[in-house]
Formats: sequence, structure tokens, C-alpha cells
Amino acid sequence: MDLLLSLLIILAKSLGILVVLLVLVAYYILADRKIWAAVQLRRGPNVVGPWGVWQSFADMIKFLVKEPIIPDGANKGVFLIAPLVTATLALAAWAVIPVNEGWAVANLNVGVLYIFAISSLGVYGIIMGGWASNSKYPFLAALRSAAQMVSYEVSIGFVIITVLLCAGSLNLTDIVLAQDTKWGFLGWYWLPLFPMFVIFFVSALAETNRPPFDLVEAESELVAGFMVEYSASQYLLFMLGEYVAIVTMCALLTILFFGGWLPPVNIAPFTWVPGVVWFVLKVSWFFFLFAMVKAFVPRYRYDQLMRLGWKVFLPISLVAVIVVAAVLEFVVKVGQ
Amino acid sequence: MPIVTAAKALLLKEFVGAFLLSFRYLLKPKATLNYPHEKNPQSPRYRGEHALRRYPNGEERCIACKLCEAICPAQAITIEAAPRGNDGTRRTTRYDIDMTKCIYCGFCQEACPVDAIVEGPNAEFATETREELFFDKQRLLDNGAIWEREIARNLAADAPYR
Repeated sequence: MDLLLSLLIILAKSLGILVVLLVLVAYYILADRKIWAAVQLRRGPNVVGPWGVWQSFADMIKFLVKEPIIPDGANKGVFLIAPLVTATLALAAWAVIPVNEGWAVANLNVGVLYIFAISSLGVYGIIMGGWASNSKYPFLAALRSAAQMVSYEVSIGFVIITVLLCAGSLNLTDIVLAQDTKWGFLGWYWLPLFPMFVIFFVSALAETNRPPFDLVEAESELVAGFMVEYSASQYLLFMLGEYVAIVTMCALLTILFFGGWLPPVNIAPFTWVPGVVWFVLKVSWFFFLFAMVKAFVPRYRYDQLMRLGWKVFLPISLVAVIVVAAVLEFVVKVGQ
Repeated sequence: MPIVTAAKALLLKEFVGAFLLSFRYLLKPKATLNYPHEKNPQSPRYRGEHALRRYPNGEERCIACKLCEAICPAQAITIEAAPRGNDGTRRTTRYDIDMTKCIYCGFCQEACPVDAIVEGPNAEFATETREELFFDKQRLLDNGAIWEREIARNLAADAPYR
């Protein structure tokens, strides 16, 4: 009986976070389009509802009622599973994200490793989709996408290690609590680990195939990369997985470098605001950055992308791991 | 100095500049018109949907000289002419414009000696089928009846420059 009850509670928690997350993602997609449009002096979607607030839901209904087309030569099973894999894995990462103190569905002690593993698995959805389409272009795009995601995961891993060294824990809640210092927002890890913060942000862009690293899709050149053969709800799942992964990366940036749910300064009016509000505000700020980057940065060439990943970020983050470890060991405990 | 360049790159100097610039653009007024609700001002010379005009007494202007048919570069106009039954004047029995062929060059209007065929200010005549775009004489005369006020005003406004 107790087991059943606890299972039901876990189910309720998961459903709760999924519903909130999906609604939030719907509005982030709208915000993404609006910001992109505004920088280009356009209006963006503004017809469905006031200021276009129902646009994402209208799009969702459109994708759901469209006819899914499965190419003749496609491997049907894998073709249909691939988008499910992408979307499920993207959503699964949210199981360990603490939006407030103790507000995680699963407060894992290896939360960082879990997220890292789940986001690495995301490549499989893309490879499966590209391969199962049985068409040259999706296949080549899937290979490129996989290479890109794998390359940037390496530097993301090293950046996370520097944070772990400072926090002394793999638990996401403990990482946030370790940033709770008397210096307020200056004590969050973005400042002590500044170049790492930048590298993580740029790698997060590459990891989620966002511009300027969106050579996978490159709407103006390649139509949709590995998603060329997809339509209707399968396409919707891919897009959903992509945007959920972006929001996950924003949440990760918030937790690792921006003090999660902590208020910017530990004095009265700021501490009254609930932690969730701070968390959502910070995630929204990072999403705004993602959207702005899409609007103003031109696309990288593929060799430049690989050079940045392997020859710039990897050495810097490697050196940083050693330097941070040495400083912690021989000089001070940073952030304490 | 490569070290300075590296530092600038790592501290995102140009990135921050670009961010501030695009943030300024973000807050600027939008250049887009809210199309069906807002429209651009239109020149009197605007070449839109065709119309066949009539004289104020209700008589058709067209005298079936076929100059428009001859000059039409897209060969979109088809005219057949015959003496009219009641008074024997030369009139068109058929005046068709294939709007799917028309390139809206305005030569028909310039060729017309009696200002009968004109291109009006209307550009919103999209149809659901191709067949609806094969305009016949009746449709063109109806257009003339609907748009006569605007057409006359535009012709008057443009007259000093012709």
C-alpha cells in the first residue's frame, strides 16, 4: 500500500512537472520566434489570439491532425521510434532538475551524471531518424549532427568537472546550495569560473544544434537536415525534443553557474520571492540569450565548428580543470 | 598580440557588442505592416485588376480597335468584334483577359485610345480556382462599375504627367 502511494506521488510529481514544462516550452517557442522577428524589425506571429499567444498550440494541433508520411524505403519501426527517443530523453532529463530546494522529482546524488548521460543519449534519436529515413540527405545530416554533439559534449564534460570540483558534489541541489554565499550573485560560479561559463554557454548552443551551430538544419540551405523525411506528429516530437533540450540546457546553466533558485542578493525584498520564480526568471533569461544569439550570429562553417570544439574549447577546459583543482588544493576553497 | 585577441574572444567582446546592437533593434518600432488591417499608400499609377469603363451616359468606351490585344506581350487578351444589332456601331462581342497570363505591364491601358481598358487599384482578387481568373467581358465591365470612382480619380491625378 505504501509502495503504491509513493508510486502515485511520483507519478503526480512527474505529470505536474511535465505539464508545466510543456506549457512553458510552448511559450518559449513563441518567445523565440517573437524575439527573432523583433531583432529583424518584423512582428512575428501575432494573429492567433492577442499577440499570438495561442500560436504554439495552433501549430501543435496542425501537426497532430496532419497525415504522417512514411517514406516507402524507410525502416518503419526505427523511423517511428526515433522521434519518440528524442522527445522522451529530452523530457527525462527534467526528473533531476531542482526548481527549488527539494523540488526535484528525484533528488539523485549523481544528478549531473544522469543529465550528462541522458543528453548524450539524445544523439541516438537523431542517428536513428537519419538512418531509418533511407535517404542520402537525412543520413549525412545525422552524421554531421552526431559528430557535432559528441565533440561539444567533451568540453561540456570538462566544464562540469570544474563546477563539481568547486561544489564538491554531483547532486544538483548541493551544487546550488554551495553557491549560497554572503556575496550573493557575485558568489555564483559564473564569476569565479567565468571563461568556463562562456564555454558552457557556447557548447550548450552547439549541443542543442542552435544557431550559430545549426548546420544540421540550416533552414536556408538544407531544409531540415535529419528531419527531412519527417512530417506531422513525428516532426512535432523532434521539434519538441529539441526545444525541451534547449530549456534543459538553460536550466543547467542556471543551476551550475547562476545559483539555481537563489535570490541575487540575500536581503529582504529579494528573499521574499519564492525560489521557483527566481529559477524560471533565470532560465528565461538564458533562453532570451539563446534567442538573441540566433538573431545576430551568422552560421559557422563545419570545419570552423570542429576547430572551435576540439582545438579551442577542449584545451582551455582541460587546462581549467587542472588550474581549478590546483587552486582548490593549494590556495583556497573558491566560493566559501 | 595573439594573447589580447584570445582574451577578447574568450571574454566575448564582440559578442556583447552584437548583443547590445541587436537589443537596440529589438526595441525599435517594427517595419512590418499589419497587412489586412494596415496598407501602404498607393500610387495613382498602380496597376492592379483590369476593368472596362463606360461613358457617364452608360455607353461602353471600347470600340474594338484591338490595339490592346496587339500590344499585349503575354497575349492574354482575346477580342472578337462585330457591328452591334441596334445601331450598327463596332463593338466587342467577346473581350477576355486570361489573368493567369497577364503580367500587369499596363501596355493595354497605354495603347487604348479611349481609356476603355484600365488597370484599377484593386490587387485583392485571389480566387480558389484557376478558371475564375479567366475574366470575360461581363466581369470586366462589372469591375468598371465597381471601381469607376477610384479609377477616374487616379486617371485625373496622373493626367498632368502623361
